[in-house]
Amino acid sequence: MQIVLNGEPRDVSDSTTVRALLCELHLDKSAIAVAVNRTFVPRSEHVTHRLAAGDEVELLAPMQGG
Amino acid sequence: MDDDTTTWSVGGKTLRSRMMIGSARYPSPDNMRQAIVASKASVVTVSLRRENPDTRAGQAFWSYVRELDVHVLPNTAGCHAVSEAVTTAKMAREIFETDWIKLELIGDDYTLQPDPFDLLEATTLLLAEGFIVFPYMTDDLVLAKRLVDVGCDILMPWAAPIGSGRGVVNPTALRLIRERFPEVKLLVDAGIGAPSHAARAMELGCDGVLLNTAIARAGDPVAMACAFADAIRAGRAAYTAGLMEPMEFAQASTPTVGMPLWHEPS
Repeated sequence: MQIVLNGEPRDVSDSTTVRALLCELHLDKSAIAVAVNRTFVPRSEHVTHRLAAGDEVELLAPMQGG
Repeated sequence: MDDDTTTWSVGGKTLRSRMMIGSARYPSPDNMRQAIVASKASVVTVSLRRENPDTRAGQAFWSYVRELDVHVLPNTAGCHAVSEAVTTAKMAREIFETDWIKLELIGDDYTLQPDPFDLLEATTLLLAEGFIVFPYMTDDLVLAKRLVDVGCDILMPWAAPIGSGRGVVNPTALRLIRERFPEVKLLVDAGIGAPSHAARAMELGCDGVLLNTAIARAGDPVAMACAFADAIRAGRAAYTAGLMEPMEFAQASTPTVGMPLWHEPS
């Protein structure tokens, strides 16, 4: 199925979880916060939260700011 | 005068310096780190942006900041809606492991002026979620009152638009907020361009100053960070010492008693 990852289309296996996506991207041990369809998904729910086709996933990390 | 042993507190934390410093726009990451260390600031602002799994720029930046002995103040820069800001704040809390959030909600793209209505709504929601909100706001007294009414004990008015470097354009407004809300922590954010501007804000009774562009875009950011630290200490010392009241006319400072003969009217 296809999701939208940080604004770009991406193919992932059906009903994959947030946790599995982070592992696939080698970001599972990184400082990353996740939102799906503009709703925050806390780390405690990464294992159980399943993605659906068309989901808009945002992976945010620390960045310079004022 | 404040020195490195004098502390103050804001948002439940005890801080040594009254300077807060941004982490953006430096010539290089090393320069950023050196400027932050030289500033002796206790608080560094950061943001959240999309991570590129290939470059991992965010992870590299974070490793730089984590090595510094500072508190991190994440912002919601770029948010234009209450829901965006609330989601960003929750994500920042998880990543940075802090309840602090510098709440920025832009209402006008030309001036980057914060939206007072959305700010009040988002502040109310985030306080209910246990956040410690640093609301980036205009210097409007009634907005300050509303924010305090919903439970905010920190106010972060602008001196001038972000990155403009114009200094405190409306000192009367800041002085009024200070006088009306003596208990709140009053921090000036945005628009400071020179150490004299920061000193001025502190002389008006602000508790601290947040700087970014004025240091990061200076010819020598490390030296400028030191200059700002001195100015902020001087401004604070002047406020606590009590400034004289300005006068309309001259008043001789040298005593007039005991004047010699030739000064007497003939």
